[in-house]
Amino acid sequence: MKYEAVIGLEVHAELLTESKIFCSCTTKFGGEPNTHVCPVCLGLPGTLPVLNKKVVEYAVRAGLALNCTIANFSKMDRKNYFYPDLPKAYQISQYDLPLCSNGYVEIEVDGKVKKIGIKRIHIEEDAGKLLHENTDGSLVDYNRAGVPLIEIVSEPDMTTPEEAYQYLTKLKNILEYTEVSDCKMQEGSLRVDTNVSVRPVGSTELGTKIELKNLNSFRAVQKALEYEIKRQIKVLEEGGTIVQETRRWNESKGITEPMRTKEEAHDYRYFPEPDLVPIIVTDEWKEEIRKSLPEMPHHKRERFIAEYGLPEYDAKIITSSKKMADFFEKCVLEYDSPKTVSNWLMGEFSRLMNETGKEIDEVPVTPQMLVKLLKLIDNGVISGSIAKTVFEEMFGTGKEPEVIVEEKGLKQIANENELREIIKKVIVENPKSVEDYKNGKEKAMGFLVGQVMKATKGKANPQLTNQILKEELSK
Amino acid sequence: MELYSLTIHELRELLKKREVSALEVTKSYLERIKEVEPKIDALITITEDFALQRAKEADEKIKNGEDTDLTGIPVIIKDNISTEGIKTTCSSKMLENYIPPYNATVVEKLLEEGVIILGKSNLDEFAMGSSTENSAFKTTKNPWDLSRVPGGSSGGSAAAIAADEAAFALGSDTGGSIRQPASLCGVVGMKPTYGLVSRYGLVAFASSLDQIGPFTKDVTDCAIVLNTIIGHDSKDSTSLKIDKPDYTSYLKEDIKGLRIGVAKEFFGEGIEEGVKETVQESIKVLQDLGAEIIDISIPYVEYALPAYYIIASAEASSNLARYDGIRYGHIAEKYEDLIDMYMVTRSEGFGKEVKRRIMLGTYALSSGYYDAYYKKALKVRTLIKNDFEKAFEKCDVIIGPTSPTVAFKIGERANDPLAMYLADIYTVSVNIAGLPGISIPCGLSDGLPVGLQIIGRHFDEGKILNVAYAFEQANKFNAKPQAIGGAR
Repeated sequence: MKYEAVIGLEVHAELLTESKIFCSCTTKFGGEPNTHVCPVCLGLPGTLPVLNKKVVEYAVRAGLALNCTIANFSKMDRKNYFYPDLPKAYQISQYDLPLCSNGYVEIEVDGKVKKIGIKRIHIEEDAGKLLHENTDGSLVDYNRAGVPLIEIVSEPDMTTPEEAYQYLTKLKNILEYTEVSDCKMQEGSLRVDTNVSVRPVGSTELGTKIELKNLNSFRAVQKALEYEIKRQIKVLEEGGTIVQETRRWNESKGITEPMRTKEEAHDYRYFPEPDLVPIIVTDEWKEEIRKSLPEMPHHKRERFIAEYGLPEYDAKIITSSKKMADFFEKCVLEYDSPKTVSNWLMGEFSRLMNETGKEIDEVPVTPQMLVKLLKLIDNGVISGSIAKTVFEEMFGTGKEPEVIVEEKGLKQIANENELREIIKKVIVENPKSVEDYKNGKEKAMGFLVGQVMKATKGKANPQLTNQILKEELSK
Repeated sequence: MELYSLTIHELRELLKKREVSALEVTKSYLERIKEVEPKIDALITITEDFALQRAKEADEKIKNGEDTDLTGIPVIIKDNISTEGIKTTCSSKMLENYIPPYNATVVEKLLEEGVIILGKSNLDEFAMGSSTENSAFKTTKNPWDLSRVPGGSSGGSAAAIAADEAAFALGSDTGGSIRQPASLCGVVGMKPTYGLVSRYGLVAFASSLDQIGPFTKDVTDCAIVLNTIIGHDSKDSTSLKIDKPDYTSYLKEDIKGLRIGVAKEFFGEGIEEGVKETVQESIKVLQDLGAEIIDISIPYVEYALPAYYIIASAEASSNLARYDGIRYGHIAEKYEDLIDMYMVTRSEGFGKEVKRRIMLGTYALSSGYYDAYYKKALKVRTLIKNDFEKAFEKCDVIIGPTSPTVAFKIGERANDPLAMYLADIYTVSVNIAGLPGISIPCGLSDGLPVGLQIIGRHFDEGKILNVAYAFEQANKFNAKPQAIGGAR
């Protein structure tokens, strides 16, 4: 029997508002434990929440960018459960009337476009963090308590781990584009849970779903799903049954493991939050937010093709992140060869970012610096191959290109007399190649140029080298 | 005539004319507290040093001409209202040593006016009860008869005013917790419209019903205090933006042509004959003043009590979940693991009635029961609101007894929760509908005070005060509790 998987994703994204969802404490990441707190986010007796309007605005922005219907009327509810990181012992969230619903994103897998439905997006408060470093017990840091979150729940529309990966990439891309969230998984500002089940191909009934946790990267999601789907199929093929449970992805072992099952099913006893009034989003406000939305990735891609003459492939890669696209546009503002810029971004830049695992805004190279480097090439100060060395240094140290060229003596040798002396020496030292060239072997020319470069450590001006070599050889 | 026996407006005259100082007034009350408190047990905390300090500051204000109606006037605050640097226990072992780092909005407003806080008053634990017997610390006695309860849950505040321990007090009213003790202690107590007074800093019992209000010695004082404590608060989303009226402008004796509704449902089973007679005589007084008495009906009111106990307990089960031993308050000394810590902490920290309501509320919100209980109770709530709206098409205010009985004996109902719950039978519907209501003393039955409840439309406190004032002027309530030696 052939099986197929059914995958749904729940993504929590912290919103980039200045202050928390129900008080004026800062949302800044880090900070000494329990310094970004006040009576309200600590849930002290008698305190009341007041909804931060920006949170609604940001969530609506995300909802519009993800093609959702925005509710004119929604409300907050209490989700009741005990845990030390939850100061009020209930989380203020949304239950039956979420702010956004019925959206979708389009992903591309194997050249085909597929729509992945978004069931709902709701707003809620984050909890604090437990620190287990103390052997006597645990400590709680409430800095994060009350940081606004949106929870984005997909429809179970994905059937392969690759689709899940593409969905997450696209989602992150859109959230970054709309500047709703910075989506940093390592800081916990983006968190992913996934539900997966398998069923015989052609069946319309859903299998028993497994929830997967501890997914710290999109690749981890993909790998965990690959493992889990195989595991479930194996269980079924061996005549077993899948037990509904939550499993944890063990990154080092590359397997999913059952988490300690809770003794009883959670009953969150949701009920409407009596301390808050309903959320009204008027059509006027919605339109105002819609107008403030930045250009979305596919629009940007089309514009880059039309405006800068980029090939479609380049445009797609450059716009895959808003930060990359912004970087590109800043460069071409001062440098009139868009294709050269895109070559550098897709080439050296991306290579080094992949190697170091850094995002473009975490790299010390600014658009101005890259433009300077490109101009150094154009002006014949350095060669293209030396430029790569310079760039690597810029990437690592953040130094200006001309400083690096100066410090390392990487300037091109463009002095005719100096270069002619070196070339004469190469000719004398390679009589065989000179002979070959004179006998019509064009390849020998390349070898001789190479010898000149070797002798100058790559600093010889290529055009001048060719010109002088030809002159000397025809003597 | 002792200073402590005066009303706010009487004290105000003396302070304004500089015939007495705020310090003298404060000392007079502190003396009075020392004298009667051993008999009454109305207070949990007495803030003597803070009060004397504040009194000096108030005198400074008066000297500089920066005084207002409440400058130098001493108050007692129910111990479920947050006071910065002063213990706020909610009469619970859970918060026995809890000192808040912030002031409730109402406290902030009073302090700005130069009010002097004398102390914090006893209540039924977390405001759950009708006799103040559910306090973890002490049982407050009714100044009219020390063997009887003062009512509850704001029994400490009501008894304190009846015993002249302060010029006025603040209480909170979720199902009658201001009006019922005011009735049983023979003082004036008002629950304003839901949303009129900020709840920020009121330790939540049932968020959709709780409202802070004043206890005073007469209706004029009630208007003066209301003027200060009401108003929109950006820290409370449920507080409403309305123009602030001057409530003292409603203190008129003329109620000619005013339509007063009398609902038969408020004279039903369980009402004491003495209470019924006293209230009926009061209606006659109002009629003689030229008011038109209209018979009305609020049919769904008989479901108000069960609906109230479901909604209030459901909200309480969630509101009281934060007392988990992690951040503040009581924590178990011995426990096995996290779950055990929660269980031991909460078993030790909460009293019987609080536990009963947490369980009731948790049950009502549980999946499978939500629709049958909580959702249904919300529907009843809507029906009761509609009933009142219809009634107010025919009349301007509704009057009746505040409580079906006069003060009952300490211990009499302590082990019979249902009998205790019936004490609120005439008051809960007002909270359910979010309406304003006042209780004013209207006479004695067997030597114990009877309260007259006047209910108004939303934000129509003015009309309530008008009727209350007219009644008060026509029917002076001069009796004073004798059990502690009344000074008048």
